[in-house]
Amino acid sequence: MTLHVHIAIIGSGPAGLSAAARAAQRDRARMEAGEISEPTHILLESFSQPAKTIQRYQKGKFVMAEPGFLHLRSDCEFGAGSREAILEQWQEDIARNGIKVRYQAEVQAITGERGNFSLALANGDVVTAEVVILAIGLEGNPRKLNIAGEGDSALADRVQYTLDDPEEFNGERIVVVGAGDSALENALALSKKNHVTVINRRAEFSRAKEANLNAILQAINDRRTTLDCLYETNPAALEADDDGINFAVETPTGRKVLSCDRIIARLGGFPPRKFIESIGIEFSSEAIDAAPILNGQYESSVPGIYVVGSLAGYPLIKQAMNQGYDVVEYIHGNDIKPADHELLEFQFGLLPYRRPPDELLHLFQQRIPMFSQLNVLVFRQLVIESSIWVALEGPSFENTKKQAAELAEAAAQRQPSPKTGKLIRAGESIFQRGDYTNTFFMIVDGEVILERHEQSAKPVRLERGQFFGEDSLVSGRPREYTAVAGSDCVLVETPRRTMIKLLNSNDQVRRGIDWIFTVRALQKHFAPELSPGELREIAQTTQLNTYQAGEPLFRQDQEGDCLHVIRRGAVTLQRSSEEGDLVVAQLQADELVGEMALMGEPVRRHTAKASVLTETIVLHRDSFMKLVNLDSSSISQLQARASKHARTYTTMQAQADKGSLIGFMMGEGMGEATNAMVIDESLCIGCDHCEKACADTHDGISRLNRSEGPSFAQMHLAISCRHCEHPHCMKDCPPDAIHRAESGEVFIDDSCIGCGNCVTHCPYDAIQLAHTPQPRQSLFSWLLKGAPDKLSIGREDADQGASGAGKKAVKCDACMNFANGPACVNACPTGAAARLAPEHLVKLVAKQ
Amino acid sequence: MKLHQSILEYRKGRYGWWALLLILGAIVLFGSHNDFQPPNGGTWQGYILGSIGLALIVWLTTLGIVKRRYGKSNVQAWTSAHVYLGASLLIVVSLHSALQIGLNVHSLAYVLMCVVIFSGFVGLYFYRRYPHLMARNRRNLSQRQLFSELNDLNQKGRALAKRCHPNLASAVDTAIDRTAIGGGLLDQLLGRDGSTVVLIEKDKKGGVQRRPVSNRDQQTIIGYVAKCIPRARKQGEAANIQSLLEVVCRRQTVTRQLRQDIKFNACLKVWLWVHVPFTIALLAALTIHILSVFYYW
Repeated sequence: MTLHVHIAIIGSGPAGLSAAARAAQRDRARMEAGEISEPTHILLESFSQPAKTIQRYQKGKFVMAEPGFLHLRSDCEFGAGSREAILEQWQEDIARNGIKVRYQAEVQAITGERGNFSLALANGDVVTAEVVILAIGLEGNPRKLNIAGEGDSALADRVQYTLDDPEEFNGERIVVVGAGDSALENALALSKKNHVTVINRRAEFSRAKEANLNAILQAINDRRTTLDCLYETNPAALEADDDGINFAVETPTGRKVLSCDRIIARLGGFPPRKFIESIGIEFSSEAIDAAPILNGQYESSVPGIYVVGSLAGYPLIKQAMNQGYDVVEYIHGNDIKPADHELLEFQFGLLPYRRPPDELLHLFQQRIPMFSQLNVLVFRQLVIESSIWVALEGPSFENTKKQAAELAEAAAQRQPSPKTGKLIRAGESIFQRGDYTNTFFMIVDGEVILERHEQSAKPVRLERGQFFGEDSLVSGRPREYTAVAGSDCVLVETPRRTMIKLLNSNDQVRRGIDWIFTVRALQKHFAPELSPGELREIAQTTQLNTYQAGEPLFRQDQEGDCLHVIRRGAVTLQRSSEEGDLVVAQLQADELVGEMALMGEPVRRHTAKASVLTETIVLHRDSFMKLVNLDSSSISQLQARASKHARTYTTMQAQADKGSLIGFMMGEGMGEATNAMVIDESLCIGCDHCEKACADTHDGISRLNRSEGPSFAQMHLAISCRHCEHPHCMKDCPPDAIHRAESGEVFIDDSCIGCGNCVTHCPYDAIQLAHTPQPRQSLFSWLLKGAPDKLSIGREDADQGASGAGKKAVKCDACMNFANGPACVNACPTGAAARLAPEHLVKLVAKQ
Repeated sequence: MKLHQSILEYRKGRYGWWALLLILGAIVLFGSHNDFQPPNGGTWQGYILGSIGLALIVWLTTLGIVKRRYGKSNVQAWTSAHVYLGASLLIVVSLHSALQIGLNVHSLAYVLMCVVIFSGFVGLYFYRRYPHLMARNRRNLSQRQLFSELNDLNQKGRALAKRCHPNLASAVDTAIDRTAIGGGLLDQLLGRDGSTVVLIEKDKKGGVQRRPVSNRDQQTIIGYVAKCIPRARKQGEAANIQSLLEVVCRRQTVTRQLRQDIKFNACLKVWLWVHVPFTIALLAALTIHILSVFYYW
């Protein structure tokens, strides 16, 4: 059977659905005008329902409508809400718009050219289309077990590749195949009411997130839970049985048959890249996550085939829906501006030159060499998420100031309000040394001067196309220099989260940033006189190493031929002797480790271990010699530093008790802290005024637990946020609600949705979920009306709907809004409580 | 700078120097009395000393308010000043009174003040000494962790005892049930141990007798379990009782630690029960003292 249409849309996710809705509306208009008699579009979906990826979300999952500043342009509705509400809405939209949709229609091949594409479906049907819109997302089709008996119709409803609601099953024997996060999450949820066996093809769970890994190992080792695991086991065959399924598996000790009621295979999906390449579409690079090459109207390298949605590099639902709308308009020859066009106009509003946003984007991208190869759409998204800084001098600053105020007012009137550029006076600082900001800056125009504060250091002048701020982004440490804007300078400031995403997905950008990080580290520590060009060759001979907590960089008594510059994390030096191991020093990011091997005795005096996840730049002897030969200006400094280190390490070595105290602190993760609460137990009288003060100043909920937490040698690390250098809590925060203040405090803003990811990620139990506080009652109203009914608080929250229990994550914010500093420390009557960074701690312990 | 500073060391004892200056000033002022005006609360020097004393007492009592206005001021600085200036009051007020003690409301105020100050000294002693001892006693654990360990030991002990002779099982069960920790104020302060255990023994007539006996410091049950080891008959029973002995001995250590911890905690609080009510009494007596002085001017 052959069907001919104008537009064939493949995939009914947000992008495909929105495109189909637009095409349907266009068709409807033409039908009403009598131009055509039937719709000229078709939406092809391989699954039995629309939006397969969202169907696969767990039941009741709250779906966000990010980014908040972008408005929706689509014939389908979408807003933040539960998975069910959104899917129901889209079913309604399909009917309302009159979308012609065909389910269970898996496209296996696309051939032909613009005006005459031929789409071969799995069932043998063929659809011919003039243009094709690919909106198949990145998930792909689920990988199957591929074993005998899998296709047996008797097993169809008992072998599944997704899990909607783990609560549906009770008292069953279930086998979960897979070792990724979704497999583990399913297994853990099912094990509450069922007997679960996990089949892992490997000897360990190396692909899982840490939280899932810990939970599954705990469950496997706990005899009380009904969850066990078979390692190094492969599925072999399936067979229906009166009693359920006989599932044959190959174990290291031979074939076994598992009798079970249900099999859930979570083996990931086939990435769609092969299929897309088979059509002839080209990708920007060989990297796994590279996006197809597209022009500004989403047309791929095959004319007539358009790509939208997450496959095009836009992972968010709202963006994808907007693209679906736009692409159909483009196909119909309507050259509309994208929905984010207006956002860019606001972003670029303060620039000293007026040009259309698309042209400016092109200009920006050309001026920053590192980004010149980036996908146009990815770069556009990067700029939208960034802030544009403009630095002007004297009269032009005053003129633009008025303009900036007007722009800000116009932006504020819009809902949601877009970002506007930042205007500063030339000569003002962009950030100060010691600020805890961790954004990344690119210079599009003008120059920026980086002022180091060491006496010998000369200011560094950066020009168009260069970037800065990468050191804090990588190390998580405060800024080491003050950046001052030159005249007529234009900068793009990109937030940490956007940059991390880009670094993880784009090798070229990561290599670029790693390279400049290394060059600047070499320049700073060894060769301040050399230019980046001169350092290029030596930088290429260095290595970047990553060490897990506890892993050694080098061992005592080994011969060393390299030194390490710590890029992120912290390293402890310990000396082993007959009396045991003794910690002699704790080194933070930006410090040198093992330099003695290159400047004195090659045999290592200490063992250097990463105390948290650590990255180092390794500089070998030859390169080091080359460096100091080229630029001898820093030799005396390096020697002075080496001899100072030798002295402090040896002094510490003579004081075993202090070494063991520091060793304990680092063992408890103090190496990654920036501000931790340390209580002297010999002074603490247990009055809990610290907790009371915390509760009193923070909505009645104490963010610290004095009596809990580890202790050693009368020093106690109370449970309270340590404001880590690379906060674990910031990972996977869906609304990006956790931030770091300029002064270093990590805090959670009001956009928290209470998902609890941060609670799981925090290794120090410093975050809790708590109800939104009631306003404080005055003594007078308490006397008149009595205390509020505690039960009513819970009821109110339950009515709030999607956010479920209405709890939000709360944690210590180090009293960032109080001029007097942390309330807990101020409230301590005996001086037992102090908040410290590890480097101060080490210094003070050594002095004591 | 040190990692942590005690209230006496705060800012190198800054308020100690203030207090010393105050005392010296008071002594000089007192010394300016002459033969025409012998030392007395009613001379101009006496009035100045009395006013200083009054101002100090009122200011010292505000610590109770300040330490509850969280996030506004540095309580350690206040406490340090409270201790030093409070102690100096002893001299200032004694000079004001010129040590004219009698059976009247004026001397009552003086005596109450002394009680408050000396109870403060006791508190200071406790604050300086006990936290250190407490930390040493808890051995890097918190009180909650100790209780949870005790709970685990109880479960383990009962499970092990179940596999032993019923008499031993019942003894261990009752020893766990009747372990007393804490109690009334005196029990807490003195660390009294009212634990008992019910032992099943044969009486002279050959009958069975259940006898509750003292199990102070878990000594009785430890002795009882230890005695059972050589009498074990069944295979593996001795090993089982040996493990049980380890559990009851560990219980002894944990209950000792807990009792000590409770005792120290009680000491850290109990002095305030004197210090604060006597302060209020002092304020009342002081008011009467001042009113009566002016009334009988």
